[in-house]
Amino acid sequence: MKKFLPWIILVALIIVVALLPKPLEISPTVSVIVTVLLGLALTGVLVMTMRGHLIGRRTVFLFIGASLTLPFFMNFQMPIKVAPEVQELYDAIAKLPPGSKVLAAFDYDPPSAPELQPQAEAFMAYAFKHDLKVIIMGLWPQGPQQADMAIQKVLQQPAIRAKNIKYGVDYVNLGFQSGNEFVIQRMGSSFRGMFPRDIYNTDCDKIPILNGVDNFSNIDFVFNLSSGYPGTVEWVQIAVDRYGVKLGAGNTAVQAPSVYPYLSSHKLTGLAGGMSGAWQFEQATGEPGVASTYVLPQTFSHMVVIGFIIIGNVALFVGYRKSRQEGV
Amino acid sequence: MDSAIIGTWLAALLTLGIMSFLYKDNLYYKICEAIFIGISAGLWFITYFWDSLYRIAWIGVVHEGRYVLLGGVVLGVMMLMRLFGKIGWIARWPLAFIVGATAGLKMMVYFTTNAMAQIHGTVNDTMAAFGGSGLYDVVGRIVILIGTVTGLVYFYFSKEHKGLFGGVAKVGTWFLMITFGASFGYTVMSRMSLLLGRIDFLLTDWLKLVK
Repeated sequence: MKKFLPWIILVALIIVVALLPKPLEISPTVSVIVTVLLGLALTGVLVMTMRGHLIGRRTVFLFIGASLTLPFFMNFQMPIKVAPEVQELYDAIAKLPPGSKVLAAFDYDPPSAPELQPQAEAFMAYAFKHDLKVIIMGLWPQGPQQADMAIQKVLQQPAIRAKNIKYGVDYVNLGFQSGNEFVIQRMGSSFRGMFPRDIYNTDCDKIPILNGVDNFSNIDFVFNLSSGYPGTVEWVQIAVDRYGVKLGAGNTAVQAPSVYPYLSSHKLTGLAGGMSGAWQFEQATGEPGVASTYVLPQTFSHMVVIGFIIIGNVALFVGYRKSRQEGV
Repeated sequence: MDSAIIGTWLAALLTLGIMSFLYKDNLYYKICEAIFIGISAGLWFITYFWDSLYRIAWIGVVHEGRYVLLGGVVLGVMMLMRLFGKIGWIARWPLAFIVGATAGLKMMVYFTTNAMAQIHGTVNDTMAAFGGSGLYDVVGRIVILIGTVTGLVYFYFSKEHKGLFGGVAKVGTWFLMITFGASFGYTVMSRMSLLLGRIDFLLTDWLKLVK
C-alpha cells in the first residue's frame, strides 16, 4: 500500500484540480488566512526542530512548492520599487531619440527564459512604441529564437500593431554567430564580416535598417540579455572598453553579482538583475508583463527560504547541544 | 487534436517527470532526463551544423568564394583528428591556436577592465563621494574601498598573515565571505525564478487555473 501512496496522492490531486473552477481566484480574506496558515506551519516546523525533531527534505520541497503555487491565486498587490541600476537602464533607453539604432544581443536560452524573457518583451514593446530600430543578434544559438518569440508576442499588442512594424525596416534578426567574444571583437571593425546575412539568409546589404551600419560607431545603444558566457562580461570587456559602446544589460540573478562591479566603474549603463530586475524593468518601461505577476510568489518563496535558513541554524545549534550533552 | 495542446501536455508531463526526482529517483524521471539530454545534444549539433558548417563555411567558400574561411575549416578538421588514436596529436594544433588567440585577446581586456578600471572607479568615486554626496553614498564608498584593500591584502601570501597585517587580512576574509553569501543568495533566487517559470506554465498553460 505504502508503495502506491505517491501515485494515489497524485491521482487525487489531478481529480481535485479537474473539479476546481477555472480560472481559480481566492478572495483577499482567504488569501490572508492561507498566508497565516503557511506562517503557522513554518512556526510549527521551527518548534519541532527546537525540540529535536528534524524534518525531511521533502517537507522543505512541499513548503517551497506551496509558497510558489498558492500566491498565483491570491488577490494581493505588492508595491514595486525600481532600483537605481534599473532606473539608470531605463533612463539610458528613454533618452534615445526615435530612429536610434539599438543592438539587442540575446545571449541566453530557454532555461533562463523565466528571468530574461519578460525583460526582452518589455524592451521590445518599449522600442517599437518609441520608434527605436532594433538589430537582434545572439552569441548563444537559441538567443535569436527567444528574440523572435518576444517580438511575436509584443506584435499582438494593439498599440504596436497600429504602428505597422516591418521586418527589415524597424527590426532585423541577424541570428546566431559562433565565436563567442571574437564575434564582438570582429563586429567592432566590420558588422558584415560577422553577419553577412540575416537569419533568413537575406544579404545584409539589401536590408534597409542596416544601411550605414558598418561597426559599433553606428550603433546608439547596446542592450544585452545574458545568462552566462559569452555575455555581459565579454560585451563590457570588448565592446565597451575597446570601442566605447554604451551598454545596458539584463542578467540572470546568478550572473548579476559578477556584473555589479562594472556598474560602479561606469562601464555598464544600468542593469536589471534576475526576476526582481525583470519586474522593475517592466515597471520602469510601463510595460507590465508576466514578471509583474511573479512578485508575490517570489516574495512568498523568499520568506519561506529565510524561514528555513533560521530553522536550519536552529537545527545546527540543537545538534551541538545534543552532542555536548551526550559527551561526544 | 491541436498540435499546441499536444505540445503543452507533453511539456507538462516532462516537467512533472523531472520534478518527480524531488520525491525520489525513479524510471519516469530517468526517461525524461534521457529525452532532455538527447534533444539538447541533437539541437546543438544541428544548430552548429547549419550555422557554422553550412551558413558560414559552405556558403562562404563555395558560393561566395571567401577562401580565407578555409583556414577555419582546416583547423576544425584537425580538431576531429583526436578521434583517431595515432594521429590524435594533430588536434593539439587547433587547440593551441584557440588557447593562444583567447589568451592574447583576454590578457589586455582583463587587465584594463577588471583591474585598472576597477581601481580607477574605486578611488575616483571615493574621492567624488566626499565632494558633496549624501552620507549613504560616502559610507558605501568607504566600505567598497576597505573591502577592496583588505581583500587584496588577504590574497598577498608573500608575508605571513600575523599581527596588523593578519588583522587586515581577516577583515578581507569577512568581506569575501559576505560576497560569497550574496552570490549564493542570488543563485538561490535565480533557481527559484526558474521553478516559478515552470509552475506558472503548469498552472496557466496546462491546467488553466490562472488567467
